[in-house]
Amino acid sequence: MDLELANKIRSSAAYRELVRKRSRLGWTLTALVLIVYYGYVLLIAFDKDVLSAKLGAGVTTWGMPIGLFVIVFTVAITGFYVRRANSAYDELTDQIKREAV
Amino acid sequence: MNTRRLGIAAALFAASSTCFAAGADLGQAVKQATNWTAICMFVAFVIATLFITKWAARRTRSAAEFYTAGGGITGFQNGLAIAGDFMSAASFLGISAAVYTNGYDGLIYSIGFLMGWPIITFLMAERLRNLGRFTFADVAAYRFKQGPIRAFAASGTLVVVAFYLIAQMVGAGQLIKLLFGLEYWIAVVIVGALMMVYVLFGGMTATTWVQIIKACLLLAGASFMAFMVLWQFHFSPEALFAKAVEVHEKKASIMAPGNFIKDPISAISFGIALMFGTAGLPHILMRFFTVPNAKEARKSVFWATTWIGYFYILTFIIGFGAIVLVSTNPMFKDAAGKLLGGSNMAAVHLASAVGGNVFLGFISAVAFATILAVVAGLTLAGASAVSHDLYATVFKHGKASSANELFVSRITTVVLGVVAVVLGIVFEKQNIAFMVSLAFAVAASANFPVLFLSVLWRGCTTRGAAIGGFLGLLSAVLLTVLSKAVWVDVFHFASAPFPYASPALFSMAVGFAGIWLFSVTDRSARARIDQAGFDAQAVRSETGIGAVEGASH
Repeated sequence: MDLELANKIRSSAAYRELVRKRSRLGWTLTALVLIVYYGYVLLIAFDKDVLSAKLGAGVTTWGMPIGLFVIVFTVAITGFYVRRANSAYDELTDQIKREAV
Repeated sequence: MNTRRLGIAAALFAASSTCFAAGADLGQAVKQATNWTAICMFVAFVIATLFITKWAARRTRSAAEFYTAGGGITGFQNGLAIAGDFMSAASFLGISAAVYTNGYDGLIYSIGFLMGWPIITFLMAERLRNLGRFTFADVAAYRFKQGPIRAFAASGTLVVVAFYLIAQMVGAGQLIKLLFGLEYWIAVVIVGALMMVYVLFGGMTATTWVQIIKACLLLAGASFMAFMVLWQFHFSPEALFAKAVEVHEKKASIMAPGNFIKDPISAISFGIALMFGTAGLPHILMRFFTVPNAKEARKSVFWATTWIGYFYILTFIIGFGAIVLVSTNPMFKDAAGKLLGGSNMAAVHLASAVGGNVFLGFISAVAFATILAVVAGLTLAGASAVSHDLYATVFKHGKASSANELFVSRITTVVLGVVAVVLGIVFEKQNIAFMVSLAFAVAASANFPVLFLSVLWRGCTTRGAAIGGFLGLLSAVLLTVLSKAVWVDVFHFASAPFPYASPALFSMAVGFAGIWLFSVTDRSARARIDQAGFDAQAVRSETGIGAVEGASH
């Protein structure tokens, strides 16, 4: 890509909106994933009792739904980003492409 | 491997490698009686995949078709293939064995392998697809001087591929000895020969379809097992857990975290290796170039995450199912009350318990197919690093013809195949537990920082990326050698100078710091060209304008 075209795209409002929105979402979700995963790991490292506590009268512990939550959360947050990126952000991208050519 | 040893190993995180999801040290296996049902099913799988390879060979005439299947794979298909790369035999047998032995700790272990995927989705997938063409070096070297970055990327790729491949080959030999009753060396030669056929003739098209078929078979088989287990307990997890607690020797402690995470530094370091290592594995990164555009690249990570997450839930149920249905059945135990063939056989015995001899054969055949598909992907990644990054770009300065590049890829495939078989046989009796964790650590400390900073940091220069990348690579290797897994377990020294289970926390920091330091102090003319190229690169990485669109089929 030549520099002139790159600069033209970089100065367009649609491009700046795309980059700002998408990178904000990407970094926010990255932070969330880090918090959830390392929160889980550090919870195990420092306070095992939380996860060993019984959920009800039976043998099932809080660790089970929490572990399952971490897995489901990971899949769901990935799905959330992909949905957003493949609809709203791709529309912006198409708009940028139309303006550029 | 006996239960006590596994327990201790898990506590020290060494078990992280005995069942490292994508790789394998299945331990020393005892040869079993020849299992003809399994062999027949495996032969059926091989015949089917050879037909696919024949079909794929007709579509593999150019270098682009060889490396990326012409970019004609859909997001859903690619997601299954990526999941297949991750759901190896060691991950299926190893994680269910970890659950069987330690209960909840097995779940903690498997969750780590899932966490790299959202990071890849949010920060990497679309940028990779928009900037790259065949290998991750295309992205890392986009605005830099090609020679040094390509040389670094090829080294990073080959180190990761080599250790990963040896671990897979040794795992394959052990597993097949166990499941099929074949000699170790025969098993290794069969794996090497079939993998070469897939890659040589069918390139990425055959490698992807073999991986997709195997992923479907494995998911179907594991789903069936988990269903049969839950069905016996009227779909009540509580009833399953209650019975497991009743019969397991560790009683209620299998329901809560045990010794898997003891020291927070090791835990975090290990988490970093898994999370960022996943984002630096060359055979995974390469799959992002097989889809036509960024949209499909994003879809593929979503599907991969979904299938891998689902698979880890299944292995957890399978592990508990094995506690209830296998550990209580004397048919699966030897005279000393140990599981026949070791604890890695928990899932295999469960297959027999819920589905009889035919289903046992099916699961055994799927486990073999799994290894084949994973080694084919690894070999393809190694071959592309040599032919595309070293031969075509460094030696021929981008002027190699597609036919010559393809020829070099094929020669490299044969060389890698032969080397993998020879090393697989050489390492038969060695302790290889460290190899896959080393591969992940190198990917996280060398490949990932270079890729990440070259795409996201304007200030990054050729000098910084090349030197920092090599520093990350060397520190990952050095710290692994100084850790218990090599220093004590392989070299038999009394104690390890590096006390933590994984070097990634430190070696990744070295990689990032090295790139930063040697970039900001870089006053060369090249540095100005590198930094001036950032804007054009950023626009292409964000919008895909100018990106190579895949062929639509």
